[in-house]
Amino acid sequence: MTINRRAFLRGAAALGTAAAATAALAACGSDDDGGDNPTVSANDVDAALAAGGTLTVWAWETTLKQVVTEFQKKYPKVTVNLVNAGTGDKQYTALQNAISAGSGVPDLAQIEYYALPQFALGKSLVDLSGFGANSLDGTFTPGPWASVKSGGVTYGLPMDSGPMALFYNKDVFDKHGIAVPATWDEYVAAAKKLHAADPKAYITSDTGDAGFTTSMIWQAGGKPFQVDGSNVKINLADEGSTKFAGLWQQLVSDKLVAPISGWSDAWYKGLGDGTIATLIIGAWMPANLESGVAAAKGKWRVAPMPQWTAGGTATAENGGSGLAIPKLGKNNALAYGFMKYATTGEGAQIRVDNGAFPATVEQVNADAFKNKEFPYFGGQKVNEVLAAAASSVVTGWSYLPFQVYANSIFNDTVGKAYVSSTTLTDGLKAWQDAAVKYGKDQGFTVN
Amino acid sequence: MTARARKRSPLLTVLTAIMLLYSLVPLVWLFINSTKSQASLFDSFGLWFSGDFSLFTNIRDTLTYDDGVFVRWLLNTLLYVVLGAGGATALATLGGYALAKFDFFGKRAVFAVVIGAVAVPTTALAVPTFLMFSKLGLTNTPWAVIIPSLISPFGLYLMWTFAAEAIPGELIEAARVDGAGELRTFLKVCVPLLAPGIVTVSLFTMVATWNNYFLPLIMLKDPDWYPLTLGLNSWNDQAATSGGQAVFNLVITGSLLTILPLLAAFLFLQRYWQSGLAAGGVKD
Repeated sequence: MTINRRAFLRGAAALGTAAAATAALAACGSDDDGGDNPTVSANDVDAALAAGGTLTVWAWETTLKQVVTEFQKKYPKVTVNLVNAGTGDKQYTALQNAISAGSGVPDLAQIEYYALPQFALGKSLVDLSGFGANSLDGTFTPGPWASVKSGGVTYGLPMDSGPMALFYNKDVFDKHGIAVPATWDEYVAAAKKLHAADPKAYITSDTGDAGFTTSMIWQAGGKPFQVDGSNVKINLADEGSTKFAGLWQQLVSDKLVAPISGWSDAWYKGLGDGTIATLIIGAWMPANLESGVAAAKGKWRVAPMPQWTAGGTATAENGGSGLAIPKLGKNNALAYGFMKYATTGEGAQIRVDNGAFPATVEQVNADAFKNKEFPYFGGQKVNEVLAAAASSVVTGWSYLPFQVYANSIFNDTVGKAYVSSTTLTDGLKAWQDAAVKYGKDQGFTVN
Repeated sequence: MTARARKRSPLLTVLTAIMLLYSLVPLVWLFINSTKSQASLFDSFGLWFSGDFSLFTNIRDTLTYDDGVFVRWLLNTLLYVVLGAGGATALATLGGYALAKFDFFGKRAVFAVVIGAVAVPTTALAVPTFLMFSKLGLTNTPWAVIIPSLISPFGLYLMWTFAAEAIPGELIEAARVDGAGELRTFLKVCVPLLAPGIVTVSLFTMVATWNNYFLPLIMLKDPDWYPLTLGLNSWNDQAATSGGQAVFNLVITGSLLTILPLLAAFLFLQRYWQSGLAAGGVKD
C-alpha cells in the first residue's frame, strides 16, 4: 500500500470539532497495524461466548437494545455495554479519535456503508475473512453485502438496508388528481402540477444532501467512484451523474423542491401537513414516519422508485449500516459472536420485530414480514414494495475511501446549486475537483 | 412648586419592551411546547396550546425514557456544578484575596497572566486540554470535565477587584493585632465581607458549568457521564437517523426541566448579589 497512513488518518479525522486534536494525536498514537489477519474458528467464537466477558458496542441503532437483552439471556456470562457515542459523523470522529489515541476503542462499532471504506483503508478494522465471514455469502441481500466489502475483503456484517422507494402522501395526490409517478418524467410533471395547484406544496424537499445525490446517481447507473487499492477514479460527469443532474436541475431551477433541509423540525412539520408530498428515501423510513410524523397517520403510502425507463425496476441503497470490529478492540472472538447474533438469525428477527428493515434474505422474504399491514400506511403491505426494491438494487456501486470527508464538503460545492445560479453540473464538477485534491493530499493516486 | 414630572422617554420604553419580549418569548415558547405531545408539536401554532395538556405525561416520559437516563444526566450535571463551579469559586476566592491583600514576588506577572487568560475563550483551549487529558488517561471520566472547570480566570479577576474594594487593609491589620492567625482572619473576617462577591462568582461559574457543551462533547464518549446539554442533544440527533425514534417532545420538556434549577438558583441568590453591589459601593 502506498497510502501514507498518518496523513490519511489526519485527514480522515479532520471532520469534527476536535480536528486539530486528532491530527496531533495521529502523529503520536500507537501504530499497531502489523497486517496480521486473525484466524478465529466457529469453535473459538463458541468458546468465547461460553467463557463470557464484557463487550463495548458503539451504536445508535435503537433496536439493538432488545437484541442485547435477548443475547445476554442466551449467553449469561457475556455483558454487553451498548454505548451511543454519537450519531453518524459524530461517532466516526469519536472512533477516529479513539483509534488515533490508541485507547478507549470499542470492541464493536456501528458504521454506515458509505463510511466503511474509510475505516477499512485506514487499517482500523479487522478483516473478517479469518472468522469465516465469507461463508455467510447468500445470508444477506446483495446491496448491503456488497457494501461491507472493500477491495474484496469483508470488514463488517450488514445490520440494515435502505433500498429506495417512493414514499408519497396519498391525500395530497388525491386532492389534486395527481397519479403516482412511475418514471422520472412523470415525477417532474407531478411536481409542476402539484406546485401550480397549491403554491405552498412541493413534490419533495432538498437543500443539497450528499447521501441522496449519490443514491440517485447510483440508481441512474452512474459509477462516479472507482476504487482499486490506492488508485481512485472520480468522475462525477459520467452518464448516470449527468442524467441525475439534468433531471434534478429542472426541479431546482423551477423552484419545485421545498428549500427545507432533511431531518430538521421544519421537515418533520412539512411531512405532516402535506407541504412535502413525497420522499425518495431508504426502506428504513416507515419507522421514522411513525414516530416523527404521527399527525399524518393513514395518509402516506409507498410505491416503487420512479424509473429512468418505463417498466424498469432499478433502485439504489440509501443509508444503512453494519457492525465492524475495530482492530484495537479487545476480545475479537467474543465481538464476532455478538456481531453474528445481532445481524443474522435470531438477532435479525428481533430487530425486524422492533421495526428495522432487514439486510438478511431470510427475514426480507419471510411471509410474515411481507404480509404485515401497516396501519400508518392505511393498511398497505409496505414491506412487499420495499422487499422488491431490496432485490433490484443496481450492482457495482462503490463509495470513495474518503467519503466521510467528501460528504462533509458537499454543501460547499454542490450545495451552491440550491441557493445560487450555479448549476448542479458545475456543483458536481467543483465537488469532484475538491475530492480529487483531497485524495491526492492523502496519498491516493486520483484520476 | 408642583412636583417635578418624571422624565419619560417613549423610545426607551419601547426598546425595553422589545428587549423584554425578546427574552421572554423563548421561555414562553418552551413552556407552551412542553405541554404538547410529539404528534401535536408539529401541527399546531408554536405560541399557543394545542391538543391535550401533556406536560405531566411529558415530564414522566422524560424522566423514564431510556431507563431513566435523564435523571443520571441531571445528577452528572449537578456533580459537575458542585465540584467544578464550587471548586472554581473557592479557588477564585482564595486567589483573589491573596492577590488583593498580600504583596509578593511576581504579582505583576500573575496579573498579566490572569488578564491574558480572561481574553482566551475556553473553546479555544478545549482541544489542547483534550490532548493533555488524553495523555493523562483522564478522558471519558468525570475528571475531564471537572478539572478544567476549576479554573476561572474571570472569577479570579472579579474576586481580586472585589476583595481590593470590600476589605479595608486596616481591618486585616486590626485582626492581626488582636492575635488572629492568617487563616482565622480570612475565614472569620474577610469571607463574610467577600460573601456578595463569592455569590456573584459562583453564579457565573455555575451558569458556565451548567451550560458547558463543548468540553464534555470532546472529553466524554460514555453517555453515562454526559451532562444534560450533551444528553439532550443526543436525543435530538436521534430523530435524524434511519430507524431512529423522534422524541422532540422529550427534548423540549427536558430543556424546560434543565433551565429550572438555574432559574431557582438565580432567584434564590439574587438578593445576596444585589446587597453585594450596594456594599461594594460604600466608601470608608
